Amino acid sequence: MKNTGTLQVTMPTDTEIVLTRVFDAPRQMVYDAFSKPELLKRWFGPHGWSLVTCEVDHRVGGGFRFVLEGPNGQRMGMRGVYRELQPPTRSVHVESYDEYPGESIVTSVLTEEIERTTLTVTIAYPSREVRDMVAGSGMEHGAAESYDRLAELLTAEKVTA
Amino acid sequence: MNAAGQLDATFAALADPTRRAILARLAAGEASVTELARPFAMSQPGISKHLKVLENAGLISSGREAQRRPRRLIAKPLGDASAWLEEFRRFWEQSFQRLDSLLEEMKAQEKTKARRRKKGKPR
Repeated sequence: MKNTGTLQVTMPTDTEIVLTRVFDAPRQMVYDAFSKPELLKRWFGPHGWSLVTCEVDHRVGGGFRFVLEGPNGQRMGMRGVYRELQPPTRSVHVESYDEYPGESIVTSVLTEEIERTTLTVTIAYPSREVRDMVAGSGMEHGAAESYDRLAELLTAEKVTA
Repeated sequence: MNAAGQLDATFAALADPTRRAILARLAAGEASVTELARPFAMSQPGISKHLKVLENAGLISSGREAQRRPRRLIAKPLGDASAWLEEFRRFWEQSFQRLDSLLEEMKAQEKTKARRRKKGKPR
C-alpha cells in the first residue's frame, strides 16, 4: 500500500552494512512489529514468502528462530540471541543463517519524530571477508561513491552479458 | 570453486578500485595489457598483478593471440554477485513494504479503539 520510505543501504566501514528506512508510524508500533511473532508473520520476508516458523523469546539471553518458505517450497532458516533490549528504542542481537557460515551482530535503533519512525539497522560482520561475501563489494572509502561505482559497473556488465 | 567460494572471490576481487575500473573498461570490450594500463598511473607489472587477481577469481580471461593477448570479461560471476546484492535489497525492500501496510492497519485499529474508549463509559 503506502510506501513511505526508500530503503537506504550503505557500507560505512569495512565490516558493516547499514539499512535505513522511515516508517509512517509511531516508534512503539514499529518496535512491536519487529518483536511480536503474530505481527512478524504478517510482514517478514519478500512477496511470496511466508514465515512458517516464528518463535520469539523476547528477553536478553533469549532468542528467536525464523524459517521462511518461498513460493517453490524452498526454505531459509535463521536464528538469533538477544544481547540488549531497550524497547522501543534499541535492540542488539547476534544472528546466523542456516545456509551461511559466521555470525553477525545486528543493532537496531528507532528514533521518532512527529509520528514517524526512522529505523537504522547496523549489521556488523566479524570480518570484511564475511561482510563482502554476504552482501557487497569492499568499500575502502566513501561508501556511497564506491557503491555507485559498483552499481555502474554491474549495470555495464549486464548490458554486455 | 563452489558457489559461496566464487561469490567470495568475486567480492574480494571487486574490493579494489583499480580492479573495478579495469572491469568497467573490459565491459566495453576486450583490451590488451598496454591499453588497460594507459588510464592508470601504474606500471605494467602493477596492472598485471591486478589482472592476475581478476583472472584467478574467474572474472576475466586472456586471449591466445601471441603478442597482444587481449583480456576479456567473463560475465557470469559478476552477474551472480549482482544478483546476490539485488536479492539482499529486494528481501528488505519487499518486507518493509509489507510492514508499511501492516502499520497502516495497526494505526487504523488504534484509532477505532480510541474512539470506542471515548464513547463507551465504563460501568
